[in-house]
Amino acid sequence: MSGPSTYVPKSAIGKWFEQRLPIGGLIHSSFVVFPNPRNLNYFWTFGAILAFMLVAQIATGVALAMHYIPDARFAFNSVENIMRDVNYGWLLRYLHANGATMFFLAVYIHMLRGLYYGSYKAPREVLWILGVIIFLLMMATAFMGYVLPWGQMSFWGATVITNLFSAIPLVGNFITTWLWGGFSVGDPTLNRFFALHYLLPFMIAGVVILHIWALHVPGSNNPAGVEPKTSKDTLPFHPYFTIKDTFAVVCFAIFFAWFVFFVPNYFGHADNYNPANPLVTPQEIVPEWYFLPYYAILRSTPNILFIPAKLAGVLAMFGSIAVFAFLPWLDTSKVRSGSYRPVFRVFFWVFVLCGIGLGYIGSQPVTEGTILAGRILLLGYFAFFLIVLPLLGLLETPLQVPASIADAVLGAHGSTAMLKGASAEPSVKG
Amino acid sequence: MTDMTMAKPNMAEPTRRDILYVATAAVGVVGVASVIWPLIDQMNPDLSTLALSKTEIDLKPIAPGQNIVVKWQGKPVFVRNRPPKMVEEVRAVPMSELIDPETDQARVKVANWLIVVGVCTHLGCTPNVGGDYDGWLCPCHGSQYDASGRVRHGPAPLNLLVPTYEFKTPTSVVVG
Ligand code: HEM
Ligand code: FES
Repeated sequence: MSGPSTYVPKSAIGKWFEQRLPIGGLIHSSFVVFPNPRNLNYFWTFGAILAFMLVAQIATGVALAMHYIPDARFAFNSVENIMRDVNYGWLLRYLHANGATMFFLAVYIHMLRGLYYGSYKAPREVLWILGVIIFLLMMATAFMGYVLPWGQMSFWGATVITNLFSAIPLVGNFITTWLWGGFSVGDPTLNRFFALHYLLPFMIAGVVILHIWALHVPGSNNPAGVEPKTSKDTLPFHPYFTIKDTFAVVCFAIFFAWFVFFVPNYFGHADNYNPANPLVTPQEIVPEWYFLPYYAILRSTPNILFIPAKLAGVLAMFGSIAVFAFLPWLDTSKVRSGSYRPVFRVFFWVFVLCGIGLGYIGSQPVTEGTILAGRILLLGYFAFFLIVLPLLGLLETPLQVPASIADAVLGAHGSTAMLKGASAEPSVKG
Repeated sequence: MTDMTMAKPNMAEPTRRDILYVATAAVGVVGVASVIWPLIDQMNPDLSTLALSKTEIDLKPIAPGQNIVVKWQGKPVFVRNRPPKMVEEVRAVPMSELIDPETDQARVKVANWLIVVGVCTHLGCTPNVGGDYDGWLCPCHGSQYDASGRVRHGPAPLNLLVPTYEFKTPTSVVVG
């Protein structure tokens, strides 16, 4: 993934194999000698954490699929059977269900990392858009997975979300019927969701390969936001980053295990331990925490011009994710890292608070108050992308960006302190 | 430039490769199109699902003022035996007060029997009996419906759907 390899297999059998399938060289150049900026902080370990979570979800998921029955009559009981009778079934299911939560926690940190350090800026636009695609696929996968246990939340969550498509003018009802394979969420829906829930993670794995390929063309961005210039700016992937990533993965796994073993239902909803009943809607429908901000956007959007609230809500919800893909062109600043953008930094945190606020609103019952608060936060969310980022690049005076990565790191320890003054660039606007 | 002039005679007279190319592409496109549709259409309701599309309801046990919920096509159908006073009230509501104006007369076949699909026209939850209009309240986002199943409070945009139904006898109705 990063140019011709200098890899020389040591054993005769290794040489024989390498001539026929040069995979050793690919791994060697991508994950052994690959030069990484030496100043990467722990936020850069979330890529490895995400890779770990994908593998974990696939491993536990395939095991669950050996016992799960995708039939509306048996699905709920088959999950109970997994919990009570299957050897370690409880563990597999709790790992899988909490794994989804951990996966989203990691992806949100990973994305905010990219946002803060400007990792979406040239030449990493395609890398970034591939990330947005992975995020969308993850959301679809998790949504369909949550339907599988066929509890009350599964059923009504599926009903509300699939009904979003009925907001589409003219063809809306045909689309919902087509999605359901019936006239409401039912057995055919469950069956196809299982098929797709099985398929999508492997599609995610495919896009992840493209994502890493696109990453290995320019290499990683870094906290200073300046590209490596000399070999002093980088360190080989192995052992420096293999160790750091593994350490972070293990810490994350301990955190994950704490939830699995001590509060496995913390992120779940009690209503989902009631079997699906198509005739009774639970008093309150709340999606999983990682969908709450989008759910709040869906519910808070008012009529916009001639677009009725229902359609406007759906458009705003999809727009709130789609807007991420346009980030490379919405942010007009030439300075990558938020560390050198004092005003951006403030707006970044305001944006994060808007997201968390929307999440809170999404978890609350609808009242006049929550709708109003939701609308204000919704405005804040979109204003960050559509107003703040385009203007800030033109108006903000960034701090002085270090001349090189080595400067940014070693300069602080004084060893190249004199270089600092010499290589100082005048601060530039934009 | 020279290449182009050299290519000219070839362009004037199609070769066997050109014909193969066009023919292959044409058959390929037809082939792909003819499998894409089955791949999409297989997701639509199948024959066994369509066969369940009629449900018969016995009205005898439903006392005046009582509601029942029946399953039809996997969805709840509300059947309400409305007392005359309720019918009068709901017919007295001026059209200007309605979000989706429709007379009660247009929504029922026999004045006391209200038959509507119990699927909220917002995002599909099943409303519960309640609310401020003698009708239903949706637990999901707070829509309210009156005793004619008409929406009186958003976010739902439309009245509860009236399914196609027929009275087989005065006390038995077939929905679907
Ligand atoms: C991107 C990776 C994945 C994510 C984010 C994910 C997410 C989820 C979620 C949220 C649930 C509901 C858990 C619950 O509340 O019980 C679930 C259930 C399930 N998933 Fe996955 N999943 C992933 C990959 C897979 C894979 C590869 C399979 C393999 C077939 C699989 C098989 C299952 C099965 C059988 C269930 C139903 C049993 C249960 O509810 O625990 N999943 N998934
Ligand atoms: S689904 Fe009934 S109000 Fe939203």
